[in-house]
Amino acid sequence: MLVKQVSAFIENKAGRLNEIADVLANSNIDISALTLADTTDYGIVRMIVSDPEQAVLALRESGVICKITETLAVAIDDAPGGFAKSLKTLTDNGIEIKYMYACISHAVGKALMIVSVDDPEKAQELIASTDAGKVNPSEIYRHI
Amino acid sequence: MSKYYQPEIETMPYEEMKKLQDERLVAQVKHVWDNVPYYRKKMEEKGVTPDDIKGVDDLHKLPFVTKDDLRECYPYGLLAKPLGDCVRIQSTSGTTGKRVVAFYTQKDIELWEDCCARAITAVGGTNEDVCQVSYGYGLFTGGPGLNGGSHKVGCLTLPMSSGNTDRQLQFMTDLGATIICCTPSYAAYLAESIHEQGLRDKIKLKAGIFGAEAWSEEMRKDIENKLGIKAYDIYGLTEISGPGVSFECEEQTGMHVNEDHFIPEIIDPETGEVLPLGEKGELVFTSISKEAFPLLRYRTKDICVLSRKKCSCGRTLIKMAKPMGRSDDMLIIRGVNVFPSQIEEVLIAVGGGNITPNYLIKIDRVNNTDTFDLDVEMSEEMFSDDVKSIAKVENAIKDKLRSILGLGVNVHLVNPKTITRSEGKAKRVIDNRKI
Repeated sequence: MLVKQVSAFIENKAGRLNEIADVLANSNIDISALTLADTTDYGIVRMIVSDPEQAVLALRESGVICKITETLAVAIDDAPGGFAKSLKTLTDNGIEIKYMYACISHAVGKALMIVSVDDPEKAQELIASTDAGKVNPSEIYRHI
Repeated sequence: MSKYYQPEIETMPYEEMKKLQDERLVAQVKHVWDNVPYYRKKMEEKGVTPDDIKGVDDLHKLPFVTKDDLRECYPYGLLAKPLGDCVRIQSTSGTTGKRVVAFYTQKDIELWEDCCARAITAVGGTNEDVCQVSYGYGLFTGGPGLNGGSHKVGCLTLPMSSGNTDRQLQFMTDLGATIICCTPSYAAYLAESIHEQGLRDKIKLKAGIFGAEAWSEEMRKDIENKLGIKAYDIYGLTEISGPGVSFECEEQTGMHVNEDHFIPEIIDPETGEVLPLGEKGELVFTSISKEAFPLLRYRTKDICVLSRKKCSCGRTLIKMAKPMGRSDDMLIIRGVNVFPSQIEEVLIAVGGGNITPNYLIKIDRVNNTDTFDLDVEMSEEMFSDDVKSIAKVENAIKDKLRSILGLGVNVHLVNPKTITRSEGKAKRVIDNRKI
């Protein structure tokens, strides 16, 4: 399924990540996945949260530059070869993967990956009919 | 060899000089009135005609010319000669996107080179010297000006242009350069390199002509000690001709203005009123010999003082102090004129929105070289979840600034609202250089 990822800009300075974590905590928003891309001067925090729209509102109010992008949630078998199989479905069909990271999964025997791709709609079509596409939205937006 | 390049001018008694200036000014005013509609209109608006200008004493009646006029008239609006008579342009960056383009007839170039030749002769240059010109060549006036002056003096001229320090040092040592012309910060850098590579015994330099940026007495002493030379200042601006508008002599206490070509005035930058000799104010030049691109009462925005105190070198030309600052927001970074407005334009273009990202220019001097850093507040428009896309924005800012200014800048993206604002207005520049 497609999930809304919240990404936010942070300067490489002590305490910046804390600020963001605090804002989300105060808004009662749960983070189920987080990854940080960093350069010498700044970083980009990417998160899967329980309520993306609310998260963005709260972050903007605190002066954080952020945005929502569509990413793909892929459920993969927690077994050898599970990851390779899902990747192949995407790459064989010309989908370019920009980055990916792992997310908490509540389904037994499944790992959940968040994948950022150049064409989310097409990627979703490809993956929807496969086992990997079977992700329950309530697993991600747990407060909905 | 004479210690003056044109002794009859350089040691001319002031009464005679004034007569010369009177004649040239009257002719120049008529020249622009006849040939430049923009000037005629400006004069008419002020109610002045050429008949009102009988000499230097009437100079104050003429309207000022500013960078805004140059921008409005870009590119050909102030040209006072047919294109057929013009042979060259030189250019510098303007306050906004448009550059300043100055035109030269063959005679203009000759007179400009004479001015540079006076400067080279004043530092002891003769036809026996090897003169290494390490100013940039091209649109920048530094290289071409000193190159021409060096030819006129008869020096063996090394047209090195700027950069490539190893090659600079190789030519300097192999060919035995005796005079070096470059920016003071590059001179300091060369001195450092010479010291590090243990080349001090292999160089034959005796003098350096350093201009196009501000430098302190401490820096002068440092360069002089490290290179075992005398370091001289030179002043100029593209609008008026280029380097050699004024130059330092052996006394090293200010720069003699080539006032047979350029009449200096000091004005109150607020009221525009002419200030008495010796008072500090904005420097204004009138080019009285220029054919193609004559400027009457051009406001340099440099804060300066003039003096007619007798000089031990024997020159009678009026002297100007090192400029003490600017009356506008122009910065000089590594010899390049930089206006905050230019940076703003680039940021608007790159940001793609109608809003200007907040920014802060940070300048410092490390190892005698200017550093140029630019903090830019991140905005929703520039932000992406993808590092590559943000890097693209950063590089676009860098590349655009490099193409406009010819300067490398370190761009740092910072959190929004982290750049200090005072009274609602952001402080745009932090200049930590101790000059």
